[in-house]
Amino acid sequence: MKYLSEFRNGEVARKLAADIRATVTRPWAIMEVCGGQTHSILRHGIDQLLPPEVELIHGPGCPVCVTPVELIDKALAIAAMPDVIFCSFGDMLRVPGTSGDLFSVKSRGGDVRVVYSPLDAIQLAKANPTRSVVFFGIGFETTAPANALAIHQARRLGLTNFSVLVSHVLVPPAIEAIMRSPTNRVQAFLAAGHVCSVMGYHQYVPLAERHRVPIVVTGFEPLDLLDGIRRAILQLESGTYTVENAYSRVVTREGNRAAQAMLAEVFEETDRTWRGIGVIPHSGWKLRDKYRDFDAETRFPLSGIRSQESPRCRSGEVLQGTLKPHQCEAFGTACTPRTPLGATMVSSEGACAAYYNYGRLLDLGTERTACRA
Amino acid sequence: MSRVNFENATCPVPRRDYPQVVLGHGGGGKLSAELVEHLFVPAFRNAALEALGDAAIVPPVAGRLALTTDAYVVRPLFFPGGCIGDLAVNGTVNDLAVSGAEPLYLSASFILEEGFSLADLQRIVDRMAHAAATAGVQIVTGDTKVVERGHGDGCFITTAGVGWVPPGRSLGPEHIRPGDAVILSGSMGNHGIAILSVREGLEFETVTHSDTAALNGLIARMFEVCPDIRVLRDPTRGGLAATLNEFASRAGWGIEIHENQIPVDESVRAACDLLGLDPLLIANEGKVVAIAPAAAAERLVEAMRQHPLGQQAAIIGQVTQQHPTMVVARTAIGASRVILLPIGEQLPRIC
Repeated sequence: MKYLSEFRNGEVARKLAADIRATVTRPWAIMEVCGGQTHSILRHGIDQLLPPEVELIHGPGCPVCVTPVELIDKALAIAAMPDVIFCSFGDMLRVPGTSGDLFSVKSRGGDVRVVYSPLDAIQLAKANPTRSVVFFGIGFETTAPANALAIHQARRLGLTNFSVLVSHVLVPPAIEAIMRSPTNRVQAFLAAGHVCSVMGYHQYVPLAERHRVPIVVTGFEPLDLLDGIRRAILQLESGTYTVENAYSRVVTREGNRAAQAMLAEVFEETDRTWRGIGVIPHSGWKLRDKYRDFDAETRFPLSGIRSQESPRCRSGEVLQGTLKPHQCEAFGTACTPRTPLGATMVSSEGACAAYYNYGRLLDLGTERTACRA
Repeated sequence: MSRVNFENATCPVPRRDYPQVVLGHGGGGKLSAELVEHLFVPAFRNAALEALGDAAIVPPVAGRLALTTDAYVVRPLFFPGGCIGDLAVNGTVNDLAVSGAEPLYLSASFILEEGFSLADLQRIVDRMAHAAATAGVQIVTGDTKVVERGHGDGCFITTAGVGWVPPGRSLGPEHIRPGDAVILSGSMGNHGIAILSVREGLEFETVTHSDTAALNGLIARMFEVCPDIRVLRDPTRGGLAATLNEFASRAGWGIEIHENQIPVDESVRAACDLLGLDPLLIANEGKVVAIAPAAAAERLVEAMRQHPLGQQAAIIGQVTQQHPTMVVARTAIGASRVILLPIGEQLPRIC
């Protein structure tokens, strides 16, 4: 397949890693923002090729991980209602709410379905006019355009039995919050390539200038990531701080104008709570007033839900890059992908699950490990 | 006296030529007998079955016997490359074959949902007959039950199988030794992706076909070339990851595999990348994993490649004294990762 195997070439990977080793003169901390990048780094063992000076900090860009527990609880409540078909992306089904997850609602008789696109939920709404179809619309700027399109279509089709539980979040305000944090250690960012394919990268230019931080738009294959890291190190070593596009086969400066127009039509900015982090101003999207009829939060009675995080879960610190997953007392013991205390152990993009699944060479002693502190 | 007009008269005898399964098909009466007589017996035809006894009586077999059973509940019932009937025969044949047995006889139990199309049942039974003939086994006994509409999913099949184990043959993870080679007969993930793409209505550029096949022919050839194979397994649910983890943990040794040696079809790889799935965790229905002494590995792979079901056979790794009970993969870029036992179903990633 084009654009896949050529970006996993071991020889080129080793050459890029050698370039990085030859360039680096002192320790640097780089954050890959997106959970998909974290997954790929640990899946392919990219961090094992890097010199010890380069530390990768895993950012808050896993939509499953940052969706607040209050919203998960609302999803559980709606999914358990009679006559509701609750549609979600697959990896939300095991995310723990205050009590249970969508799988447990399904096993008790709730009609919970995994869909691959919000447009599948539209089809379900058309096919089941006597039932309420609710789509769990989470995700960053990448997944938002399809959700916007689905809502737009629902209005055009006059579907009265379709609604969306919206919890969209945005990358630039998260970067801003990380840079403003007094405990911040991040010195450069790998910006999420897919987010930029929608939004472009012009949004990141003021961020790079304001915080004097290099930002490299980076893809997801091993060579993409190594090239992104190499460019970030080059900037750090030379003291520059610009936005670079290392994913130009997909990303342009302006992004996808049609998608942006659809987003602007359906959504407006709002403050959002990020699970484990707290409220970040202007960091999400909600439905505009004219699309309010499609808001599941107003359509269903959801008062009286009491949400509570596990007191043992430290995913907030992990998501902010101040704690490595394996440094958490519960990691691999009380908290495993089978019995997750927090969302970061559920999603395969979540830093804790990625460490658990791909990084557990710690005990081997003979090899460089993925779990470098 | 007026003439009686018989033209529009109807006979009060109950209908028997239903196009769908009705509850009576499982009632043990006339309808059940007709299903056996007109559908199952003509398809599976053999002496033991045609005696229509409560149990099939088969000729004596000298030596050890292997007995296995498996239930098949796949949805959809028909998919690219096969149907539930192929799986029900091949799956049980393969369970016998990877145990070192030569499959002889199968039983087949059907749980049918009221309303299920008899034409579809015929298609399934024909595929079972074809699969049994290909594998060289006989379906000698069976049963049919019908459940009320809404209490089943069309058609469930349970098959049991009996096979003969040649003298001296002993397979099991306890025979695995450090240095042994890990051998795979072909590409990973085809069955799981074939099912997923039709179940979820996902359209990819290339249609992926299930790899369902009976492996006893290939495995017989493998034993001819290498009688001291340590252990065999068909990596079905949980995929290669589950199989290798079971080997490693039960043998008490480590297993190291090389990701770029593992055959994965481009269409499967593309679908996995798109959906965020790992081909090593996806079910196969016509592949075998073998652990064999390193000295015999090349010879074994050569012989496997001569067989239609082993054309992509490859040595994918080795058993090690390092990292006991763990499976570690060398990635394409030269790093390593631990291959864990999957927890449950793989969940497609959000983006």
